[in-house]
Amino acid sequence: MDKALLNSIYTVLVFVIFIGIVFWAYSKKSKKGFDEAANLVFADESEQTKTDQKNRESSTNE
Amino acid sequence: MSEVSQAHPTYNYNVVKQFSVMAVVWGIIGMSIGVLIAAQLIWPELNFNTPWLTYSRLRPLHTNAVIFAFGGCALFATSYYVVQRTSQVRLFSDKLAAFTFWGWQTVIVLAVITLPQGMTSTKEYAELEWPIDILIAIVWIAYLINFFGTIIVRKVSHIYVANWFYGAFIITIAVLHIGNSMAIPVSFTKSYSMYAGAVDAMMQWWYGHNAVGFFLTAGFLGMMYYFIPKQAGRPVYSYRLSVVHFWALISLYIWAGPHHLHYTALPDWVQSVGMVMSVILFLPSWGGMINGIMTLSGAWDKLRHDPVLRFLIVSLSFYGMSTFEGPMMAIKTVNALSHYTDWTIGHVHSGALGWVAMVSIGSLYHLIPVLFNKTRMYSYKLVNVHFWLATIGVVLYIVAMWISGVMQGMMWRAVNSDGTLTYSFVESLEASKPFYFVRFLGGCFIVCGMLLMAYNCYRTIRSTEENVQLEPKAA
Repeated sequence: MDKALLNSIYTVLVFVIFIGIVFWAYSKKSKKGFDEAANLVFADESEQTKTDQKNRESSTNE
Repeated sequence: MSEVSQAHPTYNYNVVKQFSVMAVVWGIIGMSIGVLIAAQLIWPELNFNTPWLTYSRLRPLHTNAVIFAFGGCALFATSYYVVQRTSQVRLFSDKLAAFTFWGWQTVIVLAVITLPQGMTSTKEYAELEWPIDILIAIVWIAYLINFFGTIIVRKVSHIYVANWFYGAFIITIAVLHIGNSMAIPVSFTKSYSMYAGAVDAMMQWWYGHNAVGFFLTAGFLGMMYYFIPKQAGRPVYSYRLSVVHFWALISLYIWAGPHHLHYTALPDWVQSVGMVMSVILFLPSWGGMINGIMTLSGAWDKLRHDPVLRFLIVSLSFYGMSTFEGPMMAIKTVNALSHYTDWTIGHVHSGALGWVAMVSIGSLYHLIPVLFNKTRMYSYKLVNVHFWLATIGVVLYIVAMWISGVMQGMMWRAVNSDGTLTYSFVESLEASKPFYFVRFLGGCFIVCGMLLMAYNCYRTIRSTEENVQLEPKAA
């Protein structure tokens, strides 16, 4: 195998992996985990601030 | 913002406090040196005929101080803070944390001592000589162990996206620094790069551009992904987009370096790869910017009341501007005009002052009251004044450099009908002089803002009342 062929295979491989990442990121399955992760920013706050944040969450868009 | 933040008893806030305070201190020093060398370009007498006050020696000190001392301390502070808060666990090792603080400050002090003496490896953004390079590598590996150690012992199942960015930044900087700094010492204070010729140039800009891409971008994106949601009180606009943003950004940035070497001895195809990768890089950059700004979607009114949030959001606007400008300047034909002119300096500062400094300042304004157990900063009015000083300063700076840079590019390439150059170099220098003054003025605005910040932080930290409203909230 020459260098050009190896480079082509590598390029296609990286492209496929990237498309895979996009599909994984936007699949229904990962939605729940991502929502949990996104709220880690607020997860270690005290109870009072948590209720405040619940009110905020109800008005978020995503 | 008015929520009462309790210093969590189990977190190590000590190291975060140290790095936060030093970020402000080094910010003032690094930016003041910048103003001095900007003034030297207008009034050369300002080097006072003293070798260690010359532009050539102070310029690397300025870049090292703002990037690694100011930016570095801000990154250490916020990464140690964010990784603890989002992993809900104390830092892996307090001893390593203290070692990274004192080690990093030693590196900076050594830079302040050696660079004005003219000790330099001559590699841009990697000027420090080999003994200091070794110390940097040791400190950085300690940082790496401490950061990932904390992630390993985390109490939650997910690794928050900000930590992905911080993690990528830490690993890549270790690889880049060690790779690029390979040198053969000839004495304690002098070494020569292990690489030669075009390979050395390529290594240098593989390092140099990823110092921008990972140190000045990925790390600060980590900051963005924590402090914007936190300050706005709502989760990031799209976590999915942030995942795609992360993988796209880190897989592209590493290839962009050759755009610093257009029309040089570097093989043509390498230049083209660098150009194409740089242009594609526009997409993840803007994806990230949109993700950050849209976090405020539906709550734009917060920007009116909260100067800290304004810092963070405006930093993203500058990020968007400079990541549009960057790919454009990486196109070879545009680069033929822009390279070696002040346009490049303007571009760098739109990123460094507009994006990096403003997102750091915003994060520090959020962080200082939390760390020292206060309700909020001593004065929101001063934060607001700082915001306008910084914004006006950056705009003055980059507009001056755009005009001066494009003008230089046009003058340098102008030829008479017989093929001789229309303008001498000195003529282009004279034409730039008024813009150098505008740049100097912009720098003064920025340093004034930083001094206000230092005063505001001092009053916040020193106030004896804990968690008490200090001044009626400005509307």
